[in-house]
Amino acid sequence: MDLFEYQGKQYFARYDIAVSAGGVALTVDEAVKQAELAQYPVVIKAQVQVGGRGKAGGIKLANNADEVRTHAKNILGMDIKGHIVKRIWVEHASDIDQEYYASFTLDRSAKRHLLMLSAQGGVEIEQVAVTDPTAIVKLYVNPIEGLSFDNARRAVVDARISEKAVDGVAAMLVKLYECFTKGDCDLAEINPLILKPNGEVHALDAKVTLDDNAAFRHPEWDEYRATEELDEREKLAREKNLQYIGLDGTVGIIANGAGLAMSTLDVVNQVGGQAANFLDIGGGANAELMTSALEVINSDTKVKSIFINIFGGITRGDEVAKGIVEAMKRVKLRAPIVIRLDGTNAKEGREIIANAGIAESQLISRATMLEAARVAVELAGKN
Amino acid sequence: MAIFVNENTKVLVQGLTGGQGRFHGLRNRDYGTQVVAGVTPGKAGQDVEGIPMYDTVDAAVAATGATASFIAVPPKAAPAAILEAARAGIGFIVCITEGVPAQDEARVFATLQRDFPKTRLLGPNCPGIISPGKCNIGITAGEIAALPTKSGPNVGIVSRSGTLTYQALYELKQLKIGVSTCVGIGGDPVPGTSFVDCLAEFQSDPETHAIIMIGEIGGSAEEEAAEFIMTHVTKPMSAYIAGVTAPAGKKMGHAGAIVSGGKGTAQGKMDALRSAGVKIGLNPTEACELMAQIVLGL
Repeated sequence: MDLFEYQGKQYFARYDIAVSAGGVALTVDEAVKQAELAQYPVVIKAQVQVGGRGKAGGIKLANNADEVRTHAKNILGMDIKGHIVKRIWVEHASDIDQEYYASFTLDRSAKRHLLMLSAQGGVEIEQVAVTDPTAIVKLYVNPIEGLSFDNARRAVVDARISEKAVDGVAAMLVKLYECFTKGDCDLAEINPLILKPNGEVHALDAKVTLDDNAAFRHPEWDEYRATEELDEREKLAREKNLQYIGLDGTVGIIANGAGLAMSTLDVVNQVGGQAANFLDIGGGANAELMTSALEVINSDTKVKSIFINIFGGITRGDEVAKGIVEAMKRVKLRAPIVIRLDGTNAKEGREIIANAGIAESQLISRATMLEAARVAVELAGKN
Repeated sequence: MAIFVNENTKVLVQGLTGGQGRFHGLRNRDYGTQVVAGVTPGKAGQDVEGIPMYDTVDAAVAATGATASFIAVPPKAAPAAILEAARAGIGFIVCITEGVPAQDEARVFATLQRDFPKTRLLGPNCPGIISPGKCNIGITAGEIAALPTKSGPNVGIVSRSGTLTYQALYELKQLKIGVSTCVGIGGDPVPGTSFVDCLAEFQSDPETHAIIMIGEIGGSAEEEAAEFIMTHVTKPMSAYIAGVTAPAGKKMGHAGAIVSGGKGTAQGKMDALRSAGVKIGLNPTEACELMAQIVLGL
């Protein structure tokens, strides 16, 4: 789960990482209230989970209530690369002497935690990696040894960060590492990490991705869940406990297993179509699950055909077929289904489908993934 | 021969009294796997359909001589279960648990590496391993796997995805190609066993003559495999990579299947494998058909 900047800062604050005083606002009036609490001058920042909001006009400085009103009005509702701004963060403007970059991630290849640190902050780190790779210091941290202040300090010195900031940045790195590990982050990034003229170091931005698998030990994450930006289809899918990702195409997809679902998207694309979604219904493709899955797909008005791709392993093909036939009785579908059933008891399953008394125009069975994809794409083009 | 597990492997099941552990543990025994013990704290002295239960892995190993463990416990309990098995001297651990936090996986992996370098962990979040006709640990439906033949050629399978592994097993069976061992390494960010580990074993296994690899988007495991293949693998290979059309920044079902910052794309992985001499199928069926051609030529 990706956090908004303000949530990331609140999360940082739990681990004693210095952030600016500020508050979140959903309306212009709230923005003025928050500005007064934070004290002028303030910065108003659009809360969207996409880069480049500064360039899009989503970050503005305000010296008084009138300016806050003007900027807040402009930014709320703004469309930044397809993300509509619903919240703004209002914080006290910081004096900046220097800008650095710091992040922790898990390096999957090394199976170690990875600190990336640079004296060139405030710009996209991917860009720095291309133009001046030596400006990024990488430090691998063994997860069972952790990050000591001394090791952090050595990395800061290596990154050629100003001498007056060395101890402050090193201390912040230790705190950020604690946030990353104890806080179960996939990513904890500060860009820019600033040095103020008074010598303090401070997180001016926060980019945090939480590991959904760790939610069971973080009840405090519930409030972040509530603000997650899901489309209607994704909301319905979450209620029904389905692994669903909304896409833009016209062929609705249901498959059992994440790999097979991904593969189904690929095959649809290969024969010239576009998938409307990713949906993995997991191993037990019974009538309940199938009904839920079809309801979610059916709520997507762009869907013109539905491709159900099931491989029977332990879940037998005949059980899956019964589930589909039963689900079709419960959900009134707007689009025809093409089904490919293979694996254990696939033959019996196909017979159940053929003899279910459902019109061939509504439920079409094909033996292979590729054939089924072709038919589904063709139907999506016609309807 | 086969890799990692064979007819002599003695398996204990941690969590045999739970829903998943019981279902799959008993299926594994029905397949012919030597399932010799179950471990659930507080259940010593009981049995699950004739399989004796013990309170600890230590006690189960002392009583039965188990050499491998099948872990089917909830995510909260999985890290401790893995380390308990390692401490008891288990050499091969299969953990099917889905939903283990990445930080826990990283700590478990580092602990195994430091304190139990001889212990191999498969998973978490993996379908398990099957050496057809000999041993099946995990959730694979044994009946869809073709038995290896004495004269060969037999194929080894290594995969990050469960259902795509079944698909490959099934298609090879239709094509009447034997399978030496099929390993599902799982879709999590820190798998205990990597593609490279499996490729090295397959390369030195005399019963394996060719290898199919099934990868997916995210991370760089396939690229590392490609590098390894170039220098260490002489057996012919075909591969399939899922997720060509996956949007960036979205986790596609598996915790590890995500394209981020332009890295971990299917295209990049296919290119790397292709330049290592691996035949690439654009869908799972095609990868198996390519394997059939390879096998015909052996």
